[in-house]
Amino acid sequence: MSRFAFFLFLNIFSIGILVAEQDNHSGNHDTHAAYDPAATAIHHISDGNVYTILDAVTFPLPTILYAPEKGWDIFFSSVFHAGHHEDGHHSYNGYVLHHGSVFRVAEPGFPMEGSVELEGFKHTEEEVNGKKTDRYFVNYQGKAYILDSRSTLDGGVLGGSLTSFYDFSITKNVLSMLMVFGFMFWAFRTAASRYRNHPDSAPKGIQAFLEPIFLFIRDEVAVPFIGKHKYMKFFPLLLSIFFFILGLNLFGQIPFLGSTNVTGNLSVTFIIAFIVFIVVNINGNKHYWQHIFWMPGVPVPVRILLAGVEGMSLFIKPLTLMLRLAGNISAGHIAILSFIGLIFIFGNAGQSVGGGVIGTFMAIPLTLFMMAIELIVAFVQAFVFTILTASYIGAAIEEHHHAEEHH
Amino acid sequence: MTGTLAAIGAGLAVIGAGIGIGMVGGKAMEAIARQPEASGDIRAGMILMAAFVEGAALIAILLSIFVK
Repeated sequence: MSRFAFFLFLNIFSIGILVAEQDNHSGNHDTHAAYDPAATAIHHISDGNVYTILDAVTFPLPTILYAPEKGWDIFFSSVFHAGHHEDGHHSYNGYVLHHGSVFRVAEPGFPMEGSVELEGFKHTEEEVNGKKTDRYFVNYQGKAYILDSRSTLDGGVLGGSLTSFYDFSITKNVLSMLMVFGFMFWAFRTAASRYRNHPDSAPKGIQAFLEPIFLFIRDEVAVPFIGKHKYMKFFPLLLSIFFFILGLNLFGQIPFLGSTNVTGNLSVTFIIAFIVFIVVNINGNKHYWQHIFWMPGVPVPVRILLAGVEGMSLFIKPLTLMLRLAGNISAGHIAILSFIGLIFIFGNAGQSVGGGVIGTFMAIPLTLFMMAIELIVAFVQAFVFTILTASYIGAAIEEHHHAEEHH
Repeated sequence: MTGTLAAIGAGLAVIGAGIGIGMVGGKAMEAIARQPEASGDIRAGMILMAAFVEGAALIAILLSIFVK
């Protein structure tokens, strides 16, 4: 019971801090007069070039930018002097910081060398070719300069668009990945050295936590799906995927720590799914490819039809891996942020204290509930990603001795 | 207007996934009740199938997010 009370206290405390943080967000910007829960949630789950904890402590990160006509720019993001809402007060070599992300000023006339003081940012929605597009402007000496889109490689499919610069920075997400990587390295080295030095004693400490998970992945995932004789080749990959995703999922759940959303980022999950795609198809044997392009045991017209369907599923499998993980983790973060947003919706963005109190009493149990669910989701999604990877690998390397019986 | 339609589409996808995952879970529970000794295999299969159903729904939801 006391544990539950402690958890409740921690939860209320974290909501209090988040309220303070969001109050800062909504208070200081004339462009954000009305509280927009969707925009706030999106801002909190997106990647950034600064690492902000509770809107009070801002850690600068190494920023590595490349523009074809200008060359490389390498500096710390502290040059932007980030303030509230992770907006930079200064520009640097034509780059500015808005909502935690680096943008490049696209309009001529803006000083492209050195640092100048900025007067704020403006955001409008415009219709371009029948499609609504977000436009960002920076105010400098009474004039609004348009900002180029955020650097993306998606070609504008996922909300970004092609832009004039490339961002190779160590962002918030990259830093989180490095920290989780460091922690995992330490944890597994500690466990490994204990196995080496005390091979016959009972597991202790971090080793006692890792060993059951390790054995679970081996006995419930790797061996049943891949097979007793071949699983050792893929076991390191499965364990790396599982612990990397689990570590990042749980790291993102920690309140106050910037609540990074690494595994909820499509680029990150794309790379993990791409590695799985490569591993599966490199190791696919003759039967696997035969079942895709020339299914045995069915008439020829059906074979042609099936070749199309199976060929598509070749790409849909890793695509769903990527979407499932990113969707689940992002959805969890958005749900928590939306429940906290209830306080501001009921409180009319800080205008009505009574509404804020009612919203707070609604937000506390809902957020507590969501955080508990998210802990389960963190484990389940890491497990699902691993088990699906194992089943795809298993299907690719399986020996079909009785292929005709299946169909 | 398209935003509203996208939201309705996302809701419909969630209904479909809810029915699907509910059926997977319900049948798995029935199977475990019939054959408790096979509960480990059934649970792994259940999670796998639920993940497949969910994957289809997530594609629909993400498509509805990106329709502006």
